[in-house]
Amino acid sequence: MHRRINLSAIVAVFVIIFLYLPITAVVGLSFNKSSNSLIWKGFGLDWYKTIWSNEPIMSSFQRTIFVAVLTTVLSLIIGTTISIGLNKMKAGGFLRTFSTAPAIVPDLVLAIGLLTTFSTISMSLSLTTVIISHTVFCTAFVVAVVLARIGLIDPAIEEASTDLGASAVKTLFKITIPQLMPSLIAGAVLSFTLSMDEFVIAFFTNGPETPTLPMVIYSMIRFGVTPEINVLGTLLLVISFVGVILAQRIGKVADSI
Amino acid sequence: MATVRNFKFSAAVVAAAALLLSACGGSSDSASSAAVDPDVDITTQKLVISNWAGYYPEDLAAKVKEAIGVDITITNHANNEEIMGKLTASDDSGIDIAFVSGQYAQALASGGKLFNFDKAAIPNLANLYPEVADLAYDQGNNYSAPYAWGTTGICYRSDLVDFTPDSWNDLLNPKDSIKGKTTMLATERWLALPAMKLLGYSMNTTNADEIAKAKAQLVKTKPTLLAYDDTAYYTKLISGEAVLSESWDGWCNYGTAENPAIKFVIPKEGSDLWADTMVILSSSKNKEAAHAFINYILQADVHAWVANNILYKVPNKAATETLDPALVTSYPNMGLTPAELLKGEVVLDLGTDSKLYTDLATAVTSS
Amino acid sequence: MVKNGGSKTSRHLGWAWASPGLVFLTLFAAIPVLSMLFMSVLTAGRFGGVTTPINFNNFARATDPVFVQVIINSLLIAGATAFLSLLIGFPTALFISRLSRKWQVIMIVAIILPYWTNFLVRTYAWLVLLNNEGIINKFLRNIGLIDKPIEMLYTPAAVIVGMTYLYLPLMILPIYAALEKVDKNLTEAAFDLGSSAWKSLRTVSIPLAMPGILIGFIFVFVPSLGNFVVPELLGGGKTVMIGNLVRDQFLKARDWPFGATFALILALILIVLISIQSYVSKRVNVNA
Repeated sequence: MHRRINLSAIVAVFVIIFLYLPITAVVGLSFNKSSNSLIWKGFGLDWYKTIWSNEPIMSSFQRTIFVAVLTTVLSLIIGTTISIGLNKMKAGGFLRTFSTAPAIVPDLVLAIGLLTTFSTISMSLSLTTVIISHTVFCTAFVVAVVLARIGLIDPAIEEASTDLGASAVKTLFKITIPQLMPSLIAGAVLSFTLSMDEFVIAFFTNGPETPTLPMVIYSMIRFGVTPEINVLGTLLLVISFVGVILAQRIGKVADSI
Repeated sequence: MATVRNFKFSAAVVAAAALLLSACGGSSDSASSAAVDPDVDITTQKLVISNWAGYYPEDLAAKVKEAIGVDITITNHANNEEIMGKLTASDDSGIDIAFVSGQYAQALASGGKLFNFDKAAIPNLANLYPEVADLAYDQGNNYSAPYAWGTTGICYRSDLVDFTPDSWNDLLNPKDSIKGKTTMLATERWLALPAMKLLGYSMNTTNADEIAKAKAQLVKTKPTLLAYDDTAYYTKLISGEAVLSESWDGWCNYGTAENPAIKFVIPKEGSDLWADTMVILSSSKNKEAAHAFINYILQADVHAWVANNILYKVPNKAATETLDPALVTSYPNMGLTPAELLKGEVVLDLGTDSKLYTDLATAVTSS
Repeated sequence: MVKNGGSKTSRHLGWAWASPGLVFLTLFAAIPVLSMLFMSVLTAGRFGGVTTPINFNNFARATDPVFVQVIINSLLIAGATAFLSLLIGFPTALFISRLSRKWQVIMIVAIILPYWTNFLVRTYAWLVLLNNEGIINKFLRNIGLIDKPIEMLYTPAAVIVGMTYLYLPLMILPIYAALEKVDKNLTEAAFDLGSSAWKSLRTVSIPLAMPGILIGFIFVFVPSLGNFVVPELLGGGKTVMIGNLVRDQFLKARDWPFGATFALILALILIVLISIQSYVSKRVNVNA
């Protein structure tokens, strides 16, 4: 037992270092006074002050959160209904693969396909088309996660509930959803994260007036790696860290109720 | 039973796809005319404009609003291909005015995507150098209004390079002291440019033999390069990662601004003449405001203000005459005269032959 | 292939539940992707877009050695990325699965947290780290280990490292999930019965984790294959992959049918991979 753990422990530690090395660079460089990341000009909070007035970054950040939230809600609803349905009909391989395929279709293929489809149905590009596009692949992830768990739920409990007179809706909310909760949470977190970070599909399906944060960052590359990008990265990291702690606290409180 | 249902389902999907596709493609072959309606109140119109990031003064939107009362939203594209992709992907991209390089304006026009200007609504076109109206990609400036122009050359760190570069050969077959520290432009037309000029060919050539010879030279060059870079090469020069780069002239000035040791030179074999232009999309519903915007930019003082800001030359005679001489001292390429620029070869759209250069670029960069 | 089963009412109920979502996916996933792939047999419009006639020229053109080389390179680079991820991801997942519940959660969070910092920002960070004038090189020179910078950036290696970095969690999580379900008693039993650590790993842990390993492999291989951002940023334009080809043909050459041809090739590789995965998966499950 000990020998095995030691080797894998060493690799695990290396992996953590590997994952956080760039993060450390990002955080460290956010304090760089120089506007060129490769030249250190001293420690300062200058860029933290200027970023709030950087309108493109701030407004695109809000938009990106908006898109991510809506995408998550839609994907959860659509993905869960598909999963419940597939489970009830004891769906075979084709439907399962069909519902989870968008998760692994290369983003470029999906992006260009959606662009031409929107054009064909004369739907003008905007945040709406981005939300639709993001929902497509996030739904697939939700289905993958929920389907995995739903098969393990004992159908007898649901049957008992309906036998005892509960309506379908009540059964859904009181029995099915609570049992699926871990998958729903995982699916929600996955959708939100994927949507926030997503660049390629947004790039092709977004309207010209409403760029998302990844698109703004990409268009900033012409000036190389600016400190504002690093400040952004640091802030995002801090926000998500706080978010995780909060979620944990809320979870504890919820458990104890 | 399930499998039959599944099969019918797939068949239906494919049929639907084919149906949808038949609706795609095909458009009229020439630019449409935009007669400006003088009775329209342009302050009720809004403009969506796509331009390169950093290629316009930061407070442009505010100044435009103040001067002509039109609200504008500026969106960015990182390169010509990106904006071309957006404009050609759908009939209405939502963009009213796009800033694109001359040869792309030519391509857009031949695909019927642009309005021909109602020149009566853009009197400031007269401010431009007469030579500019003659540029081959749009003779007469019928659908494109030049915003900035310049040439391509070599941008280098005079303090880190032990000789003065004067030839494309210095880039294509670099001395050992600078190997691994050079960059070339990634866009296929400009990727080919140095080789074409060194071999004495036109940069618009479609001759298979000439292209093959250029390809051979470029493939030879690749192992000596640090990277192909269209956008961040001046930061590489500033940090010293690179010491010699193929560069657009104005772009090099951004490097000089941070480090005066960065200098620009036009190689003796000659180079190109490119122009970045403003075009009005035929899908725009705000053509009156669009014309007013272009007219505003071409105003002498406004265009001079742009030049001061973006450190590129503007083809505006009235504006260039009011340029601050100190600017020219710091950035010598700002002082290039039209006569000198016109020695460069105008970049033209090659239509269906464009793929020759895309294939060239793919073959070179993947070698 | 398992066919749809269950009682008649539950099947109808099932369709009632699933239909709206399936219609959505058909409209916005199946049709877009299929119509895009279908473009590969069409002709390029004079100026972008597509028209008839239908032909198969693009497939002939795609067999040009330049393009074949790009496809092969892409497979190699994506493969290297997936194997590297597996190499360091599997032990990590193993380690985590052996921790106490509390520490498992902490480690999983620690692995996912960087994901929240936007992948472009993190990829740029590699630019700063691997640069010839960057942090790692400067550090190594300062401590006198090297006197000329190690050229790490703008190489295929940089692309592999960059993509491994991006997709590593996608390898770790499925393996962890699979290992988590492995009855720890089994491995303990194997060990107690005298197997060495490596043997019990090989005969028990790895086979039982195989479904997770296969999924992880696909989750890393596929996005790596179709990626164009990382080769562009970290490869200095010198490493051309299928994703770059698709993007270049669509945006630069405005030859949509040809771009679609490579997208089709990408999709075919995908289908082959998934078929292999599901075949191996079934065999493993039967044997376990």
